[in-house]
Amino acid sequence: MNGKHDITLTINGQAYAIRVEARRTLADVIREECGQTGTHLGCEHGVCGTCTVIVDGAPVRSCLMFAVQCDGAKIRTVEGLADGEEPHPLQRAFMEHHALQCGFCTPGFLMLAVGVLEREPDIGDEDLLDILSSNLCRCTGYANIVKAVRAAAAQMRRR
Amino acid sequence: MAADKTAYLGRSVERLEDPPLVTGAARFVADISFPGQLHMRVVRSSYAHGEIISIDTSEARLMPGVVAVWTAEDIADIGPVDFRADRAAEGLKPYRQPVLAKGRVRYVGDPVAAVFAEDPYLAEDAAESVVIEVEELPVIVSADDPPGEFAAGRGTEAAVMHHSYGDIDAAFANAERVIALDLRTGRHSGVPMETRGAIGRYDAAKDMLELHGAAKVPHRNQETLVRMLGRDPSRVHVHECHVGGGFGVRGELYPEDILVLVAAMRLGRPVKWIEDRQEHLMCANQGREQHHLARVAVDAEGRILGIDDEFFHDQGGYVRTHGSNVANRTMCTITGPYRVPAFRAVCHFRLTNKTPCATYRAPGRYESTFVRERLMDAIATELGIDPIEVRKRNLIAADEMPYTIAFDEPHVSDMVLDSGDYAGLLDKAAAAFGWEALRVELDRRRADGELVGAGIGMFVEEGGRGPTDGARIAVDANGDVEVITGGASLGQGFETTMAQICAEALGVDYRRVRVIHGHTDLIPYGIGAHATRATVMTGSAVNVAALMVREIAIDAAAEMLQTPADELDINDGTVVRRDGPTGPSVTLGEIARRLAPGAAGPGQGDPGQGNPGLAAEGFFTTKDTVFPYGVHLAVVRIDRGTGQVAVERFMVAYDVGRAVNPMMIEGQLVGGCIQGLGGALYEEFVYDEEGQPMAVTLADYLVPSLREAPDIEVLITEDAPSPLNPLGLKSAGEGGINGVGAAIAGAIGDAIGDPGAVRRLPLTPGRVRDLLRQADAASPGTP
Ligand code: FES
Ligand code: FES
Repeated sequence: MNGKHDITLTINGQAYAIRVEARRTLADVIREECGQTGTHLGCEHGVCGTCTVIVDGAPVRSCLMFAVQCDGAKIRTVEGLADGEEPHPLQRAFMEHHALQCGFCTPGFLMLAVGVLEREPDIGDEDLLDILSSNLCRCTGYANIVKAVRAAAAQMRRR
Repeated sequence: MAADKTAYLGRSVERLEDPPLVTGAARFVADISFPGQLHMRVVRSSYAHGEIISIDTSEARLMPGVVAVWTAEDIADIGPVDFRADRAAEGLKPYRQPVLAKGRVRYVGDPVAAVFAEDPYLAEDAAESVVIEVEELPVIVSADDPPGEFAAGRGTEAAVMHHSYGDIDAAFANAERVIALDLRTGRHSGVPMETRGAIGRYDAAKDMLELHGAAKVPHRNQETLVRMLGRDPSRVHVHECHVGGGFGVRGELYPEDILVLVAAMRLGRPVKWIEDRQEHLMCANQGREQHHLARVAVDAEGRILGIDDEFFHDQGGYVRTHGSNVANRTMCTITGPYRVPAFRAVCHFRLTNKTPCATYRAPGRYESTFVRERLMDAIATELGIDPIEVRKRNLIAADEMPYTIAFDEPHVSDMVLDSGDYAGLLDKAAAAFGWEALRVELDRRRADGELVGAGIGMFVEEGGRGPTDGARIAVDANGDVEVITGGASLGQGFETTMAQICAEALGVDYRRVRVIHGHTDLIPYGIGAHATRATVMTGSAVNVAALMVREIAIDAAAEMLQTPADELDINDGTVVRRDGPTGPSVTLGEIARRLAPGAAGPGQGDPGQGNPGLAAEGFFTTKDTVFPYGVHLAVVRIDRGTGQVAVERFMVAYDVGRAVNPMMIEGQLVGGCIQGLGGALYEEFVYDEEGQPMAVTLADYLVPSLREAPDIEVLITEDAPSPLNPLGLKSAGEGGINGVGAAIAGAIGDAIGDPGAVRRLPLTPGRVRDLLRQADAASPGTP
């Protein structure tokens, strides 16, 4: 049962050829084997969304996938959002609107919002709120997260 | 905002903390790894109470990657997790929690064994193979139950505590009316999004033991570790990393912190432990669960003559680092903002077979506010007085400040309410909320058959208790400023707050100020971030130290520029003439170079004496507490069919004394308020009659999501700066949560048409439906 598998994950454009047990979650492998610790784990059972990353264009909860399921996939994490020194519009908006306090939930919210806004730039406000309500934050009370995402969405549409 | 670009106090500047947090560069404890580290997994009791018959670790020891498996015997030399130095409660010591259970287990989740392995998955595999045989003992799941046995010859009622003043019997004898209520607050906790975690590391070359993780009270934790592990104070250090929310729960010492440290020394490798969510919901401190039998005596006008409260505090399986602090805070704050001539509280501090309890944001005060404000609403109803009016008749007046509440018990410190215009804030809040018009509107909607109502929660918070905190500030040759504090940050914006205070006092851009906290090896003192002390105590110390650095800089510049010191000012990091900023000037970096050790700087005497550079260490000392205060106002609508409560409006009005960064204060208030709504409406740690916890995932313990988070209206006032510190600071961390349970309870009672109906939090849909049924039964004929 503990046989290992050779897989390749492409994270933020960089390929990681690794050997992992089938039972290792994508989240653990991104964090431990690939050293990208910006993706956090808040519950490991699919409720909180802090572990959200983008796999082949879609936001997913990396605690609910096994790394072997992502062999060959293109994965994006919070570390890949900024364009060099230039923060992503969502990162900028989160700072401007004080959409984070402890910041533990932030990577998950950023990846969720990026994933959604890239796929559906014209998403309606109600649908946007619905999607954002799938992640949890214990510090902010959400109002500023919503403000930040709305502001960034408007800016991303203008681009 | 202030036009002067060096005015940083009171400005909503962006946070210094944010860039690493939005880019993934932050380092939370799980993100830190040391070469050669082992991973710990704790084997926990699945019984709520029982005698341990045997623990079989033989299979686990043979499993791949396992380095050691420990039970209590392996660490027999380590005592129980101790109380903090300032909580010497001798009588409670027998109730402390052993690092690994000895003889008995006392709650589901009680650590019984620890597995150390090369990989966390292997550690978990091995932990599953440990077999614990337990002979079950009677389980106590409620502090209402008659006390049982904690250990042979020792009962579960660990203490009966008293707070009193005035002639309570006379107050009740002379009362026009006596109202008695039976009230309960549910069991909640902070439930930060990051679970706990700790890394123990022993550097044999330096004989240095390090604990990496959260540390809301780094130096107090260090002192406790020194005592428990018998090490030199300079050879145990606490290192704080990024922390994903504290709320009173994170950063206390728990058994797991001790385990990783002892294991790091004995196994000779770093030991990392990261809690999973289920463990967190079974093992991290919980709180709030109290049952009050409260009575109030009033005169014919609704003026309070006395409050008499007997309550049962559910402490769970052990007494943790705080001792009985939460129960004490409850007793001290029951009277809140009101003039209460006579008072008596009796607390039955009882252990039960549930997760141990300690502080959770607004500890003891969320509970006492619920009790007090339920009493106020009951007085209003009984005497037919408007709920705002009844409060006004009883509020302590601004001209009575400072207002001292002196308790009869010699060991209970006086409460000296430092400043406040309570009625003024109530007026402002009611006006901003449109209270008068709202009442009319709600009457109309109720007449139309809607279940809508409004409620009030009024309270006094407390913060910034002394005695002393300090800060060290140094300017480097580049003009950048380093502030070293003994504070701690659990994600509330501590760095930005301190940087703003320093920037304002010194005259630099706050972005050039780097704030260090949570490392006991860098500074030998510090009060940490509990009881919202940080802004007040550490902030005041930073202010003192920055003013000292400012004076040194100006004196040096006076000599360098050949200008009298009183004609100089510091603007954006440069010393300039007050009258002509275009004249000769010198930067702080230049001054720092001039004053550097070894440099022949002016006014610093002989360089051979060891020049301290452009640096100073400042202290702030107070024996007093500051008391911010607030009003919460809520409007709710109840769905008659489902019992679901929708919060239509909620206002937090709060006097912070002085707002360093209004954006961050608003953020704290809103976040705390939503957390409070969780506790008022959704969240509860429920246990079955066997003591099995029913809420062990985030799918059972219902933290509010965006859909349960209404827009919160915030009114921040600065009417009553504290006279106790030079900046007038109070604090904001707990003002968003304190009155939520009270306001929501009042609003639901109002909506149901029976203001006194609500006796218990949280108001889950099932409980609200019960209330509706009761109300219907009481008044047949209504829809
Ligand atoms: S950690 Fe994946 S959803 Fe919570
Ligand atoms: S900012 Fe702390 S959990 Fe969201």
